[in-house]
Amino acid sequence: MFKGMKYLRKNDAIMLGFAIVLFAVLQGLVTGRVLSSFWQLNVLIIGINIIMAVSLNLINGYTGQFSLGHAGFMAVGAYVGVVLTTNFHAPFVVALLAGGAAAAFLGVLIGIPTLRLSGDYLAIATLGLGEIIRIVIMNIEYVGGAAGFKGIPHLTNLAWVFWVTVIALFFIKNFVNAQPGRACLAIRENEIAAESMGVNTTKYKVMAFAIGAGFAGIAGGLFAHCFYLISPASFTFMASFNYLIMVVMGGMGSITGSIAGAFVVTFLSAALASWPEFRMIIYALALIFLMFYRPQGLFGYMEITNMGPFRKIFGRPQAQKLKGGKADE
Amino acid sequence: MSKQQEKRPLLEARDVSEVFGGLKAVSDFNFHINKGELVGLIGPNGAGKTTVFNLFTGVYQPTTGEIRLDGRSLTGKRPYQITQMGIARTFQNIRLFSELTVLDNVKIAFHNHVKYNVLEAVLRVGRYYAEEERIEAQSLRLLDIFHLKDKAGELAKNLPYGAQRRLEIARALAAGPKLLLLDEPAAGMNPQETQELMEMIRWIRKEFGLTVLLIEHDMSLVMGICERIYVLEYGMVIASGTPEEVQKDPEVIRAYLGGE
Ligand SMILES: Nc1ncnc2c1ncn2[C@@H]1O[C@H](COP(=O)(O)OP(=O)(O)O)[C@@H](O)[C@H]1O
Ligand SMILES: [Mg+2]
Repeated sequence: MFKGMKYLRKNDAIMLGFAIVLFAVLQGLVTGRVLSSFWQLNVLIIGINIIMAVSLNLINGYTGQFSLGHAGFMAVGAYVGVVLTTNFHAPFVVALLAGGAAAAFLGVLIGIPTLRLSGDYLAIATLGLGEIIRIVIMNIEYVGGAAGFKGIPHLTNLAWVFWVTVIALFFIKNFVNAQPGRACLAIRENEIAAESMGVNTTKYKVMAFAIGAGFAGIAGGLFAHCFYLISPASFTFMASFNYLIMVVMGGMGSITGSIAGAFVVTFLSAALASWPEFRMIIYALALIFLMFYRPQGLFGYMEITNMGPFRKIFGRPQAQKLKGGKADE
Repeated sequence: MSKQQEKRPLLEARDVSEVFGGLKAVSDFNFHINKGELVGLIGPNGAGKTTVFNLFTGVYQPTTGEIRLDGRSLTGKRPYQITQMGIARTFQNIRLFSELTVLDNVKIAFHNHVKYNVLEAVLRVGRYYAEEERIEAQSLRLLDIFHLKDKAGELAKNLPYGAQRRLEIARALAAGPKLLLLDEPAAGMNPQETQELMEMIRWIRKEFGLTVLLIEHDMSLVMGICERIYVLEYGMVIASGTPEEVQKDPEVIRAYLGGE
């Protein structure tokens, strides 16, 4: 019945197959203790950072709304999650979903007034709000204040991180390749024209913001349950900036780019863990270099599925090829 | 009463004014367009023509006066709501989604006619595939009409100027309007392109049962195609009527030929 769009289903199946193989390999490396515990933790952090980068990309890259407070939403998800698992013995999945829902709800609350602002003003407002969230948490005695929340059960493992990451990637890929996502792209490209084509720009900005915040909340829950203790210091402005670097480095508006950005930044951080000052210098140099030679980021607006040999696998069937371009999913 | 309703214009403006700071861009503007008409709005640069479009589409709110579509007031409505009510437009200074493909530009304008929700989109279940297929087919059909089908996969920013103007019209049509507003659609086109465009406008009007309001500052261009014309100068209507009437009007001759 859906002959024309069937290639999308085939693509999804191929990607899912690839994910299963990749998971098997990673799980093998973990179970076989090939990876040291330091690198095992870093594999988890890469997954969490991919969720953070791709969800921030939905807001910044696809919808064009410059948000600088992503770590704040992560903190909300982390704290809601740890309170639920540690104090109320809730199942992990409930804690993750509740953390995501709380962050998404806060995203809506914050988004409605702030998304009227544009460009630099929005960046400053979200930066401030991210810090406010952190400072509020710091002053809640119930969650340990500045000293942090202790006694968190170690619930996060490779399977959780991997499959939540896969869900996040599919969610955002499918969203941007459908009408609601196209509405977001239209807002990024030209807000007045988007509105004139019937797009309720406020609604879709808030929607993108809420989805982004929701996934940041879920990532926060995964992050918190990697450790015995979390503290507000993990969710500073510098953390938000870190996620922004991943998005900018990979390409604003490319999921492939966000994955690559999360990889590069996490590896750099891990490799340079003993020299934190050095790390910042390398970041700065890498960004300057990128802005000069590839301001659109490593991938620009491109996805791996429409590059080189992958186009043959993921592209449209011959009969449906669009003339004049390279635009597929 | 019923007789009055029968005669009710599709769009009507009553005593509309728009003031920017101290500048009265549009004053006491009275206007109507009936269903099926093709009307021209002409006038020298800076006369207030684009401002009128921005008032009709909710980009600006009138300082005074009222605009009604099908008898319903547009006061306080946002642009997307007015689009849902049945007005679509093009822009004089082209506003395409330039980093997106030609096809996606048109698909976006089907926004209010897509029958799946966010959940169906994200999970790719229910109506998602069937609707995507329908939108794509309809978008390609529109592109075909405007000789853009061969460029469906290209980025909008890479199209030549004339093709960008045609894409703007295709995109506006995808929004499914009753009333189509075209702001200087032939600007920057050569005479042959302009001629083809005017033919196209005539054709889509018939094919889609549209009402069309056309802005042009080149008077000769609209004379051939429009049934009625409003002439604007310094934000005021200085003449209106059939092309013949308007052409003979001394005020119009003065405004256009620069006589005192
Ligand atoms: N947003 C605005 N703010 C201030 N002045 C404006 C604005 N939009 C238009 N104008 C002024 O209103 C007048 C009419 O402009 P416009 O409607 O664009 O003319 P036209 O389309 O007939 O060339 C011009 O003097 C223009 O400078
Ligand atoms: Mg104008």
